[in-house]
Amino acid sequence: MSLFFSQLFNGLATGLLLALISTGLTIIYGTLGVINFAHGALFVVGGYAGYTVYSLTDSFILAIAGGSAVALAVGLVMERGLMRQYYSRPPEDQILVTFGISIILVEIVRGLYGGISYSVAPPDWGQGIARIGSLIYPLYRLETLGIAAATLLLLYFVLYRTSLGLIVRAGIEDAQMVNALGINVKRTFLLVFGIGAMAAGFAGVINSPIVALTPDMGFRYLVDSFVVVVIGGVGSFPGAIIGGVIAGEILSLTAMVNPQYSEVMLFVAMALVLVLRPQGLMGQEGRE
Amino acid sequence: MKDKKTVGQALQTQVRRRSVLKAGAAGIAGSVLLPGTARVAMAQDKKPLGAWPAGSDGDTVFVGLTVDLTGPYSAQGAEQQRGYELAVDHLNSGDPILQKISPNLKKGILGKNVKLGVADAETKPNTAVQAGTRYIHDNKAMMISGSTSSAVAIALEKVCNREHTPYFTAISGSNETTGVDCQRYGFRPCYFAYMACKAIAPVVAKEFGKDCRAAYLTPDYTYGHTTTESMIEFTEKEGWKTVTNQVHPLGAKDYSSYLINIANTDANVLVCVAYGADAVNAIKQAQQFGLLDKMKVVVPYSPAFLEVELGSELIEGVIVGQGFWWTMEDQYPIAKDFVAAYEKKFGGKARDSAMYGYLAIMAWAAAIERAGSFYPPDVVKSLEDGSVLEIPVGAFTIRPEDHQGVINFPIMRGKKKSEMKNPDDWYDIIEIVDGKEVVPPLGLLGCKMGDYV
Repeated sequence: MSLFFSQLFNGLATGLLLALISTGLTIIYGTLGVINFAHGALFVVGGYAGYTVYSLTDSFILAIAGGSAVALAVGLVMERGLMRQYYSRPPEDQILVTFGISIILVEIVRGLYGGISYSVAPPDWGQGIARIGSLIYPLYRLETLGIAAATLLLLYFVLYRTSLGLIVRAGIEDAQMVNALGINVKRTFLLVFGIGAMAAGFAGVINSPIVALTPDMGFRYLVDSFVVVVIGGVGSFPGAIIGGVIAGEILSLTAMVNPQYSEVMLFVAMALVLVLRPQGLMGQEGRE
Repeated sequence: MKDKKTVGQALQTQVRRRSVLKAGAAGIAGSVLLPGTARVAMAQDKKPLGAWPAGSDGDTVFVGLTVDLTGPYSAQGAEQQRGYELAVDHLNSGDPILQKISPNLKKGILGKNVKLGVADAETKPNTAVQAGTRYIHDNKAMMISGSTSSAVAIALEKVCNREHTPYFTAISGSNETTGVDCQRYGFRPCYFAYMACKAIAPVVAKEFGKDCRAAYLTPDYTYGHTTTESMIEFTEKEGWKTVTNQVHPLGAKDYSSYLINIANTDANVLVCVAYGADAVNAIKQAQQFGLLDKMKVVVPYSPAFLEVELGSELIEGVIVGQGFWWTMEDQYPIAKDFVAAYEKKFGGKARDSAMYGYLAIMAWAAAIERAGSFYPPDVVKSLEDGSVLEIPVGAFTIRPEDHQGVINFPIMRGKKKSEMKNPDDWYDIIEIVDGKEVVPPLGLLGCKMGDYV
C-alpha cells in the first residue's frame, strides 16, 4: 500500500513538473498554431544559461532569472527573425524550420559546453530529504511541486485576469477578428512566442538539479510535452495541467507494476485519446 | 487531343532516351570494368569485395568512423574519435610507439596514408548503418569502426559483414556482439559484460560482503539485459540475492519511479547497469532519494567520465569496471607513452573510449602488414592469426573463433576527495584483471562464424 501511495504522490509531482515543461509548447501551439519543435532546445538553452549564471553568482534565483531571460531573448529573435514569416505557411514548413532551429541551438550549446554532462546542485533551501509518512522524497522535488503550482497559477492569472491574457485568448479563438478590432496582433504574437520560449527556459533551469544537463536532453522533453498537450488538449491551459498530471501518474503507476512498460503506456494513453477524443480531454472540437 | 499527343510524344521520347541511357551506361560500365577485370585476373581471380580493390589502389586508404556524437553516449563517442585521430597521426608519421606496439607496424599501411571520415551515429542503429554504408560505397572505406551502443555495434557488424569490410567496435558491452550475433567481418577488441561481471563479482563480494541483496537498474536493450544476466549469474555464485530488476528505456531522464520501487525493498547494493548520461542521472537521483545512505553502488561496466560527471562526493566508494585508467602508466610503459601523447594533443587524461579507438586502428594496420594485402579475406585471416600486440593495458590478442579481444582491464574504487593527489586522481585500482581468465568458454555465447567470401 505504501508503495502505491509513494508512486501516486511521485506521479503528481512528476506530472506537475511535466505540465510546467509543456506550458511553453501549449501556449505557442494554442495561440499561434505553430508546432514549435524548438521547444526542447529552448529548454536546454535555459538550463545551460541558468547553470552558467549559477556558477558565477551562486544564487539559484538569479540562475532562474538568467536562464529564463536568455530563453526569452532567443524566443524573441526566433519570432521576429524567422517565425513571423511562417504563420501562414503549412504546418510541415513550421515543423521543419523549428526543427532546424533546434539543431542549431543544440549544437551551439554543445560547441560552448561540450558533450560531458553538468550537474547542478539544488539550492540551499532544496537540499536534503523530506519524510512524508513512510515515503522518503527529495526536498527539492517537493519544492518543484510548489514552484510548478505557483508558476502555473501565475500564468493562469495572466491569461485569465489581464487584458493581455484576454487578447491572447481571443487570438486563440480568432486571430483575424482580433486584428480587425485594431489590436496589434503582431506584437501580441511576438510577446506570446517570447513567453512560450521563456516558459521552456524557466522549466530547464528548474529541472536542472534533478536531471544532469546534456545538450541532447531536450528531445525527450519535447516528446513528453507533445504527449501532454495531446492528452490535455491543444490550446487549453488547464488541459496542459490535467495532461501533465495524467502523464505523470501513468509513468509512476505503470512503473510500480512493470517498469519496462511505463513509457509505452504513456503512448498508449495518447493513442487512446486521439482515437476517442482527438481534441484532447479539455480541448475544443473543431479547433485547428 | 493535343494533350494526348503531347503525352504520347513525351512517352516515346522517354523510351528513346531510356534506351540511349541504357546503352550508354552499358558502354561506360564495360569500359570501367575492363581495367578492373584485368586487375582481378592478375590478382589470381579474386573478385572485388567491399571497397577492395578500388579503396586500396591509391596513396591513401579511407577509414569510416561511426561514432556517437549525439545522444546519451555522446561524451564517450567524442572521446573515441580522439583515440582514432591519435592513432592515425602516429601511423601516418611513423611514431616510435608503433614498434613498441607491434614489430609489424611501420609508417603508413603498406606505404599508404590513412584518412579518416567521421559520421555521427546518433546512438541509433539505422543512422550508423546508413553512415557506414555510405562510407563503403561512396568513400571506398577499407575499414569501419566506432560504437558505444551495442545495438549500433551489432547492426554495423552485420552490414559490414555483408559488405565484406572489416568492422571494429570501439565500445560494445553486450554478450551478443561476439556471441549469437558474431560476424566473420566483425571484431570486438574491448572487454564486455560477461568478462566485466565475472571479474567484478568476487571483488564486490569481498568489498561489500557475501550476503548482499542487489537491486538492478537495467537499460532496456541488448547491452542492458545481457549485462544484468551476467552480473546476476556471477554475484549469485558469490552468495548474493537479486531483489529487483528495474528495466528503464535507454535515455530515460527521470528515475524516480524506479528508485521508489527499489526503496521499497530491502536491497543494500545498487547495481547500475545504465551507461553514459543514464548512469549519471540514475546515481544522482538515487542519492537525492536518500538511497545511497543505505546502499552501496557498483557499476560493472562503467562509462568513461562517470567520475567527472558525478563528482567526488558521489563516486566515493563506488566500485567500477572500466577499460583503462591513466594511472596504469605506472605498470605499462606503453600506457605512459599513450597517456603522454594524448595529453600533448588534446589535453587531459586519456580514457578507455580513446584507447579502444586507438587499438582498433593499430590492430587493423598490423594485420594488413602481416597479410601484405588489403584483400578483405586475407585481412580477416591475418586478424585471426593470434598475433599479440602490446597496448596500454598489457598484451592483447584476438580470439579467432569469435573475434573477441582477450584484453586486460582495471577494477577500481572511487577515492575520497581528500585522498585525490591531483584533479584527475579519481580512482584506486583494486585489481588489473587478466583478460585470459575471464573470457567466456568458446561456444558459450552461441557464436557461429560465417564465410570469408
